[in-house]
Amino acid sequence: MDKPIRFVVDYVSYVVRGSPKFYAWMACLAVLIVAWVYAFFVQATEGLAVTGLNNQVSDGLYLGNFAFLVGVAAAAVTVVFPAYVYHHKALHDVAVLGEMVAIAAVIMANLFVLSHLGRPDRAWHMAPFVGLINFPSAMLPLDAMVLVGYLLLNLVCGFYFLYTKYTGGRMNHSWYVPLVYVSIVWALSIHTVTAFLFNTMPARPFWHIGMLPIQFIATAFAAGPSLIIVIFLIIRGNTKLAIADEAINLLSTIVTFCLGIALFLFMSEVVTELYHPTEHSLGLQYLMFGVHGLSPLVPWFWTALAANIVAFVMLLIPRVRKDYRLLPVACVLIFAGIWVQKGSGLLVPGYIPSPIGEYSNYLPTTLEVLVALGNWAIGFFILTILAKGAIGILLGEVKYASEPWLVISNDAPPYRTSFEPTAMQPWARSSDPGARVDVGAGARRGSRARRQGRVAVG
Amino acid sequence: MPQEKKAFLVDLDKEPPSRREARPAQAQKSERTVSSSRRGFLKDAGSLGIASLMGAAALLTNSDDAQAKTEWAEWFQSNYRLMTDEEKAQAKARLEKRYSSEYGKPVTVDTTPAKEGVLFGYALNIQKCIGCRRCVKACVQENNQSRGDKQEIEWIRVLKMEKGAFTPEKMKRGYPDPDGIQVGGNAYGAAGATLEGEHYYQPEQVPEKDAFYMPIACMQCEKPPCVKVCPVRTTYREADGIVVIDYNWCIGCRLCMNACPYWARRFNWSEPNLPKEEMNPKTHYMGNRPRMRGVVEKCTFCVQRTRQGRYPACVEVCPVGARKFGNLLDPNSEVSRILEGKRVFRLRAELNTYPKFFYFMD
Repeated sequence: MDKPIRFVVDYVSYVVRGSPKFYAWMACLAVLIVAWVYAFFVQATEGLAVTGLNNQVSDGLYLGNFAFLVGVAAAAVTVVFPAYVYHHKALHDVAVLGEMVAIAAVIMANLFVLSHLGRPDRAWHMAPFVGLINFPSAMLPLDAMVLVGYLLLNLVCGFYFLYTKYTGGRMNHSWYVPLVYVSIVWALSIHTVTAFLFNTMPARPFWHIGMLPIQFIATAFAAGPSLIIVIFLIIRGNTKLAIADEAINLLSTIVTFCLGIALFLFMSEVVTELYHPTEHSLGLQYLMFGVHGLSPLVPWFWTALAANIVAFVMLLIPRVRKDYRLLPVACVLIFAGIWVQKGSGLLVPGYIPSPIGEYSNYLPTTLEVLVALGNWAIGFFILTILAKGAIGILLGEVKYASEPWLVISNDAPPYRTSFEPTAMQPWARSSDPGARVDVGAGARRGSRARRQGRVAVG
Repeated sequence: MPQEKKAFLVDLDKEPPSRREARPAQAQKSERTVSSSRRGFLKDAGSLGIASLMGAAALLTNSDDAQAKTEWAEWFQSNYRLMTDEEKAQAKARLEKRYSSEYGKPVTVDTTPAKEGVLFGYALNIQKCIGCRRCVKACVQENNQSRGDKQEIEWIRVLKMEKGAFTPEKMKRGYPDPDGIQVGGNAYGAAGATLEGEHYYQPEQVPEKDAFYMPIACMQCEKPPCVKVCPVRTTYREADGIVVIDYNWCIGCRLCMNACPYWARRFNWSEPNLPKEEMNPKTHYMGNRPRMRGVVEKCTFCVQRTRQGRYPACVEVCPVGARKFGNLLDPNSEVSRILEGKRVFRLRAELNTYPKFFYFMD
């Protein structure tokens, strides 16, 4: 029992120490989480009347974020799939980070499901065995179950990998690799079921389209890897973990393809719906142009579409795609654009007009925004902890030793472990020696290995 | 906040006496209860202080413990269909006790199950409907919906349909092409029953000249999409065809509201506002018992009345006899005879929900 306990102790003690930047980031998130506690309490005691929702538009910001975040979670597969199926070396080295992103995203998605419930205290009615689930008819419990299953898969795969890395043991591939394959298929299933949650309702023609699942997956595989690219670039800029260019380049290629497919699917939808617009296309008309002068979503829609098209054109140019100063700009544009398209842009037009042709406004209240921001903050808080611990283990800074004061790193990891006080500009090519800049000894303050006078063989 | 504005041309209280017979027995009864309690209130004004003190004392002696116990028991109780008969009786007793103390009058919670050989159906004559919305008001009184500005819930909505306006002035508008006008200028105007009507109309007088009316409520579908999407089986179809909700099991996910093509379901966004004196104490577990915050509700064909052999409140109150109700399995019931002899249609038949709510014309 020594090893697991030491794993937890070392992991936690590594994670809680960090640079002022790290503490500042966590403090910002903590402020949002405190605001969330207040807002969620008010919502749980007063009822959903404190939100902007009503009998006409009965879901909005919460379920929109839910749909988007399930996509982000599923997108971890863009890291894991090339790593394990195509044995992509650079991605294989950091595949565990993709799994960490998936864990945080699933937790956020489940928080959004919980926030949208009228009776969150009765959420246990949806739990298998304890409650009474409408299986297999209803999509929501199915979705909740596949999401929890995906969370467990990623926790098991991710932490088994980290634990063996920590102890320096050998991976048991006989069950680990099959489990990774299961999680790859599972990732596609969570987003498919989420799409089915919306598009199986003929009462809402805006959602009732057969290509919603593939549209969901295409947009997810554009927005998710965009987030992962930004996270990878931040990691490159702020830690010693050198994520190879090939990893980022492959991800940006995936983003380009999937964004292209998503745009094409959307174009098909627009032509099909608007060539001869029927009553069923009123939702789309409301989203794109407004109906009867009611156009609160129109600026959002066109801004998001413009962002996606601009980013797509940027990514089509290889020189821009490989310029790591411009790449994050494109990634942020995609992330924001798809968040609008898949969030409010998907949810609200599903409700407008209502089944009896009523147009009503929906504007999230401050409290609703606070709950949503808080859900995101909790997710990023968890993600930061997970990613920091994983980086520590990948770097070999968190490592098991029977006598911790005698740590000898006995394998040469593929990551930069040199103790030269250098760091890479996040946008520089890893093959370019000139891109290394001296950031001074301060950059490595807080390194446990250095304080203990350990030197890694690298 | 969700608000449903309403306007009643004729206030029930100001109706001419000749109409009184046509009004539902239940409504008259509840009104009597109200007025007598008002008289009582005035008479006993002197002893009010003592009474309230007594009430407070009673509440204190009842103690928070008992209330907490009730709340816990309600929280842990199972889905109604999974309960044993004993648990059902306990749940009923618990609710009756709580409601009686909350509303200050003896409240009964009926748990009568569906009768065999009964399939309830409804028929509405859109030719006769005058859009007076008495059905809406009677429904609210009967079924203990939340009322007031903060949260107003009505299960019936009356849609005002346009008869259509075709004018010569519009002839020249539209999209011309070299060989004529291919999209006529008289396009884009509604005409006839479309299920897309104004339901906030505030008329001087009904029926209005340029309109006809189509009331909607829960269609009690034979193949209800709301039941299919409910994640926890809290809304389900009873054996007599009524789609009901176990309010104590509902998690408030509102998927049923998304799935309903008739916009029949309402959500309790906040704690419902049901004044004590207006509360109808004759309730059914699946029907009009007071609801709580965060759950969905809808028309139940007045399950508390119809399972006792009475008409729904809306049928009783309708001044023009546009509403008919009965057992679809009984060939001599009103609704069966209408289906046999009249031209009937269902709303949104293309969605294959198979409503048991029919519309007809003479």
